Amino acid sequence: MKQAESHGPYVSALALFLTFSRISLSGFGGVPFWARRVLVERKRWLTEQEFVELLSLGQLLPGPNVLNLTVMVGYRFAGWAGAASAAAGFLGWPCLVVIALGALQQRYGALPPVQRALAGMLPVAVGLLLATVMKMATVLPRQWRAWLFSILAFVGVSVLHWPLLVVIGSLAPLAVAAAWKGKD
Amino acid sequence: MDRPDLGALFLQFLVLSFLAIGGAPTVLPDIHRYVVEVHHWMTSAQFAELYALAQVAPGPNAMFVTLIGWRVAGWAGAAATTLPLLVPAGSLTLLVGHLHARHPNSALALAIRRGLTPITIGLMLASGWILMRAVDHDWRGYLLTLITVVLVLRIPWNPLWLLAAGALAGIVGLV
Repeated sequence: MKQAESHGPYVSALALFLTFSRISLSGFGGVPFWARRVLVERKRWLTEQEFVELLSLGQLLPGPNVLNLTVMVGYRFAGWAGAASAAAGFLGWPCLVVIALGALQQRYGALPPVQRALAGMLPVAVGLLLATVMKMATVLPRQWRAWLFSILAFVGVSVLHWPLLVVIGSLAPLAVAAAWKGKD
Repeated sequence: MDRPDLGALFLQFLVLSFLAIGGAPTVLPDIHRYVVEVHHWMTSAQFAELYALAQVAPGPNAMFVTLIGWRVAGWAGAAATTLPLLVPAGSLTLLVGHLHARHPNSALALAIRRGLTPITIGLMLASGWILMRAVDHDWRGYLLTLITVVLVLRIPWNPLWLLAAGALAGIVGLV
């Protein structure tokens, strides 16, 4: 599968690299927002429907969901080279920026104003994560079984301090089997 | 604190790659366990600082693993955490995306999706819990976290403004 789907515009590997660089670098605080804006509204590479489907699929698979979307969009338009270019654009720049920030923090992090600013940002960063979890939890069905698996995963990791492999390895087969049996 | 073994670091993150359903916050507790509790390469507070720093940077929030690796063992460390975490996951996505295009709504795909979602949510909550215990030292920290949660759930602001407000609150000594 090279130019996978027949519909849609022709997009080169270079264009994929540049576009996903742009999405990634403008994606302060929330990449899905920018990905949708560029891919659907500006470039029109994807329809609204296609975007949502690819993002959901990305959510389901291991790895950051927007990275998964990036790889699938790249592959779809320009095969393996497209997937690699899109991913390189999407990940390369943030890697450099984040390391630069880390270096700055290591050098100046001990200064009192920097310490205080970080101390103020940390509770906010935690709040952002918790709010995201709560938004995601609204998709859980109103069944005790789904919540049971959430609670078991939480307790296994944060109270019992079990390795993730053990927690997922024991819960995932049960959860999938339960969902399989419980399907309508 | 022991000396970082890059091979072991690479393998650890390679395993996590296949478990990172829902993204990096799912595997955060395990990275914390490995880096802070098992190897003592940094304190829990330092771990949380790196996480917050990665939130400020552009790009996916998975970039905190790059920062963790870099702090543990420099550029080689950054590569030893980032590549094994992202490359296998990306490759698997290609494979599944290819197959999924043919059978999008098979019963198995649906059962996997429904079964794994609650686990992902529980694990992400564990991430929030571990970070909260690392960074919120008194009621003011917990209050700021709570205010953030309420604001995010009610108002669609760019999160960067909230982080900036938090930094400002810290500088003037509110937190």
